[in-house]
Amino acid sequence: MANLSQQEDFELADTLLDHLLGFLHHMRSNGFHLGIQEELDVMKMAESGILLQQKRLRWGLRALLCSCADDWRRFDELFDAFWITPNGTREQASSYSKQMESEKGLDGGQQGGGGDEAIEADHAEEGDDNDAGEGGSKGGASVQQVTAKTDFRQLSDDSKMREMELLVERMAKKMRRRMTRRQRVQRQGNRINLRQTIRNSLRYGGTPLELAFMKRKKQAPRLILLLDVSRSMSLYSFLFLRFARGIIEAFKDSDAFVYHTRLVHVTDALRERDMTKAKEKLALMSSGWSGGTRIGECLQMFNHEYGRRIVNSRSIVMIISDGYDTGEPKQLTEQLQQLKQRARKIVWLNPLLGRDGYEPIAKGMQAALPLLDLFSSAHNLESLMKLEPELMKL
Amino acid sequence: MKELTVFQARLAEADYVADKDLAATLLLQTKLHRPLLLEGDAGVGKTEIAKTLAKIFGCPLIRLQCYEGLDVNSAVYEWNYQHQLLAIKMQESASDSQASKEQDIFSEKYLLKRPLLQAITMDKSPVLLIDEIDRADEEFEAFLLEVLSDFQITIPELGTIKAITKPHVILTSNATRELSDALRRRCLYHYVDYPSFDKELRIITTRMPEVSQRLAGQVVEYVQSLRKMDLRKIPGVSETLDWTAALLKLNLSSLDKDPELIMNTLMCLLKTKEDHDLITRDVSDRLIARSG
Repeated sequence: MANLSQQEDFELADTLLDHLLGFLHHMRSNGFHLGIQEELDVMKMAESGILLQQKRLRWGLRALLCSCADDWRRFDELFDAFWITPNGTREQASSYSKQMESEKGLDGGQQGGGGDEAIEADHAEEGDDNDAGEGGSKGGASVQQVTAKTDFRQLSDDSKMREMELLVERMAKKMRRRMTRRQRVQRQGNRINLRQTIRNSLRYGGTPLELAFMKRKKQAPRLILLLDVSRSMSLYSFLFLRFARGIIEAFKDSDAFVYHTRLVHVTDALRERDMTKAKEKLALMSSGWSGGTRIGECLQMFNHEYGRRIVNSRSIVMIISDGYDTGEPKQLTEQLQQLKQRARKIVWLNPLLGRDGYEPIAKGMQAALPLLDLFSSAHNLESLMKLEPELMKL
Repeated sequence: MKELTVFQARLAEADYVADKDLAATLLLQTKLHRPLLLEGDAGVGKTEIAKTLAKIFGCPLIRLQCYEGLDVNSAVYEWNYQHQLLAIKMQESASDSQASKEQDIFSEKYLLKRPLLQAITMDKSPVLLIDEIDRADEEFEAFLLEVLSDFQITIPELGTIKAITKPHVILTSNATRELSDALRRRCLYHYVDYPSFDKELRIITTRMPEVSQRLAGQVVEYVQSLRKMDLRKIPGVSETLDWTAALLKLNLSSLDKDPELIMNTLMCLLKTKEDHDLITRDVSDRLIARSG
């Protein structure tokens, strides 16, 4: 770049533009969502002369092409990979972007081999065509479709699991948005809606005969999650922890607990922004546990220690468990009854319920069933999403 | 580069210490007329950037604070109901037709402009600050997207109002909620991080010239090591400034002079009970010793 910036040759700038398009292509193949608008803006930026100064080129492109903190952190590396080779000269450095090669097949290889401008220009055009087809952020949506019906237990590899965890957390956050709609115009209510009232009164020569009211928006329920983390649930634990994290972040004064032989309050640990730190904290808390699940005993502990304080008529208690209980069913029934008196509703989510041929015949499950307001499956993203309208009704 | 240096100097004149990359982004924004999305933790000076821009351009700053449930009525426009009611009463005896009466009632005379409408109907481009966009609902975000792409607003009773001048739009977000991809794509993006030691020192001395170099250095060192601790709420630059102001008021010339008193001023930096419990006298003394 350094020697290039000294000569302000017009043709040279033209070549640079080609490289710039190549760079956009490079960023696209690395997962940046870039459309025609970005391309036009890069051109506009180039015209203002920023192009010939490496630092400003970097900063300008960064502001233009990044759209979240994640992009921001990756940008410098990608920029260097494309524009700077180890000996400091600028080159089409496609060999650095392995991702690009794997995604676009031979494309990357060709680009690296041919220093020919014509070929590069071709590539740039190809890039345009691709984009028209792919269309920016569509990628995210289709990913969701693929995985919404995937059973959680079929997520074998780590990256898929991470992806699902992220989706689950995001979905939990979204739930709140839709559960508390804004105020609505009604014929009855507790606040006058002046806008509509004036509209109505035009008919009567300005006398407000027909009043319009605002109805208070529905108050968000207070969610309390009791999460089974015993061995039989180990497949799902982290996923539901992410779910709990999303809920906690989105719903004011919601709480989360994990249990198998003991009950632990984990709301604070889940509030930790950094997921690895949160996991560490959780691991510390639950170390040294063993033996089977004793749901009844844990519920008793919950009722005794927290029940009075945090469960009220706005609370929906959500128990997430497969219902395999080594304790006494009688105790479970008693405790659920006690809880039911205090809470608005009790919901039981069972990740096994989605499996073919599963019947809730486990002793614990049998004991609990008659006391539940909602018994629902939670084996894939779709089933969790369906939960939201159900919760609204409760 | 000259243009950039000049711009950076202008930012500095307005008491904002900006890194070169941020200055370059701001300069680019004024050229492309695209909104700029600033992300970063609370208290790193996101809002301040908008204020500084307004100062530099010598234009008004219009601020729209987002909150949950923010709706079009409070963000764009509202009719002046009292005024309208009066007008209807006065027109009662007039012989105008119903249609013309209605047209009068819903004319610009009775329109209350809220920030967004204000911003696009100004003679001179203002700086429009849309603060904490992540707190607003998704529906509002979608509406905002429409305004930011066309710079026009439709009022059913009046028709479409087109922007006279395009405002410089700054959006800030604390990332409490994922923003939509569409909005992100519409904007330039800059991530504002906690400042480095040197930068924070410069910020303090720029904002508070009366503070001694020694105290400023100590304060910044103290806060910087505080940020590395496992706090619930990490103190931002504004907290550092508050704390420095408090120390100045107490006539402290250096931190090690009165560690006891320092403990009593920590409420400027630590905003939760857990954090207060974490920073005990011992910890604080250690931090002071380390800050020299």
